[in-house]
Amino acid sequence: MLASITAFFDNWSLEIWEAVIQTFQMVGIALAISILIGLPLGVLLTLSGPGKALENKVLNHGLNLIINVIRSIPFIILLFFILPFTKMIAGTTIGVGGAIVPLVVYTAPYIARLMESSLLEVDRGVIEAYEAMGIKTRHIIWHVLIRESRSSIILGLTISTIGLIGATAMAGLVGAGGLGDLAYRYGHLRYEVDVMYVTVFILIILVQGIQTFGNRLSARLKKD
Amino acid sequence: MIEFKNITKVFHTKSKDTKALDDVSLHVKKGTIFGVIGYSGAGKSTLIRMANLLEKPTKGQVFLNGKELTKMSRGDLNIARQKMGMIFQSFNLLKTGTVYENIAIPLKLTGVPKKEIKERVNKYLEIVGLLDKTNAYPAQLSGGQKQRVAIARALAHEPEVLLCDEATSALDPDTTESILALLSKINSELGITILLITHEMNVVQSICHEVAVMENGRIVEQGKVIDLFSQPKTETAKRFVQSIFNDKIPEELVENLKNSGQIVTLSFIGQSSGKPALAMVTKQFDIFPSILSGNIAQLKDEPYGRLVVHLEGSASEAEKAMNYLTELGVIVEKYQNRGESHVG
Ligand SMILES: Nc1ncnc2c1ncn2[C@@H]1O[C@H](COP(=O)(O)OP(=O)(O)OP(=O)(O)O)[C@@H](O)[C@H]1O
Ligand SMILES: [Mg+2]
Repeated sequence: MLASITAFFDNWSLEIWEAVIQTFQMVGIALAISILIGLPLGVLLTLSGPGKALENKVLNHGLNLIINVIRSIPFIILLFFILPFTKMIAGTTIGVGGAIVPLVVYTAPYIARLMESSLLEVDRGVIEAYEAMGIKTRHIIWHVLIRESRSSIILGLTISTIGLIGATAMAGLVGAGGLGDLAYRYGHLRYEVDVMYVTVFILIILVQGIQTFGNRLSARLKKD
Repeated sequence: MIEFKNITKVFHTKSKDTKALDDVSLHVKKGTIFGVIGYSGAGKSTLIRMANLLEKPTKGQVFLNGKELTKMSRGDLNIARQKMGMIFQSFNLLKTGTVYENIAIPLKLTGVPKKEIKERVNKYLEIVGLLDKTNAYPAQLSGGQKQRVAIARALAHEPEVLLCDEATSALDPDTTESILALLSKINSELGITILLITHEMNVVQSICHEVAVMENGRIVEQGKVIDLFSQPKTETAKRFVQSIFNDKIPEELVENLKNSGQIVTLSFIGQSSGKPALAMVTKQFDIFPSILSGNIAQLKDEPYGRLVVHLEGSASEAEKAMNYLTELGVIVEKYQNRGESHVG
């Protein structure tokens, strides 16, 4: 038993380690870019709504339409559908570099949507109190809207991160590697079930860890 | 100080248009506590939100110190707004900020220097009596304490005017009283003009100098608080006074007593409420007065009392007694059940 475990790690530890790194890379980079795009998009989506500070019907409907369209395409289809766009932006369509663009296109609108629902929870009265004190809209966005919804935003980002990990498994199809890809290639195509079990186990730990971290952080930021 | 000129506000919704304000003009003088009272839906909140243009008028102008707010650019309006503090029924504090942060953050955002921020926060927390709660979060405070934080937040900008939208409506009677006392102190000691709206007559009674009564988007009555109490003209005003002086006498009793004399209402303003007027009447005329109901209220500057009295005796003696009372400075009226004639 012990010998077989040792043998397993001798054979696979390098591959698994590499896959873990790739997953972290993809998730990390795609998440960072998605937040940079999704957060302002979510703010814009919220504030362009009816009765809000930057009310703008055309912008609001346009954003809603784009987000809904992207979010209705399954990732695996999106991955191939936007290949030309990926090529244009990243210069390549394969490897980690090629996977980032579709991952961002997939995740950013999702984050924007979750942001919107978080921001809408913020008490209208507090925003009004700040307007009454003569404070500029851009300051209100950061110091009231985002601040007051930060706990809920963290929960949203936790959900997005976990969704992103799921998507990276499929990104293996463009040769980006990662844990999902490892499990698929060896476990499914080559019947190395041990490899599949181990990768699935690592994925479970990862998701569990992220969710727990997100919940704790969110609870700490919540003051009511 | 604040002047509303012919303000009309129409809200358009899908189903209908609502005229929340209908040609309202009002002048709040510097240094006064001005109350606007009215029932729900009268347009009070809409009116007070006009003062800092949280709500834009459909027609009309708003002035602050003679400068027209309704003509200002966004930037100028923001500067003008910093001269007007506002507090709300629901406090509107940042849940994620401590008491300190709730006061300090808006100061920082309006460009108050860092060193001064700390001084101001402490100064105004002391004025509202909350220095010991500096690091508490709103969730850890009572309603009254939250309102004190909101008041400190407003005062910290050192405004000339404080706008209060039902500031005590969410509080219990004791807490209401202490907040009202605080507002009164702010007015007298810091010289801040206060415009407040309320649906509670006791708020007007205890701290306001002047009052306007609103109904259906219009101001139907306006003047000194004592005048509203002693001589309410409109049905609405009478009902508000009635909420403090409940001097309704059972109908049957009224009918009975009328056979043996007159029923009159005697109002005493200020010093005259101290004189033993009724005792004098008993002595000088062939009249037996009996008190059916009595009430005295401390208005902001003077006491105001009211008695409903049955004057038993002949009509001529009663007439003489009433003239005598009038001479003593008592306001004498034939009794009628106030607020009996139903409106709406
Ligand atoms: N944003 C709005 N959109 C549409 N109608 C509104 C809006 N705000 C107020 N109204 C309407 O205007 C009228 C006056 O409302 P307002 O809030 O000023 O009353 P109020 O006197 O403050 O009442 P309350 O004591 O209940 O707070 C009401 O009929 C209300 O329905
Ligand atoms: Mg109101």
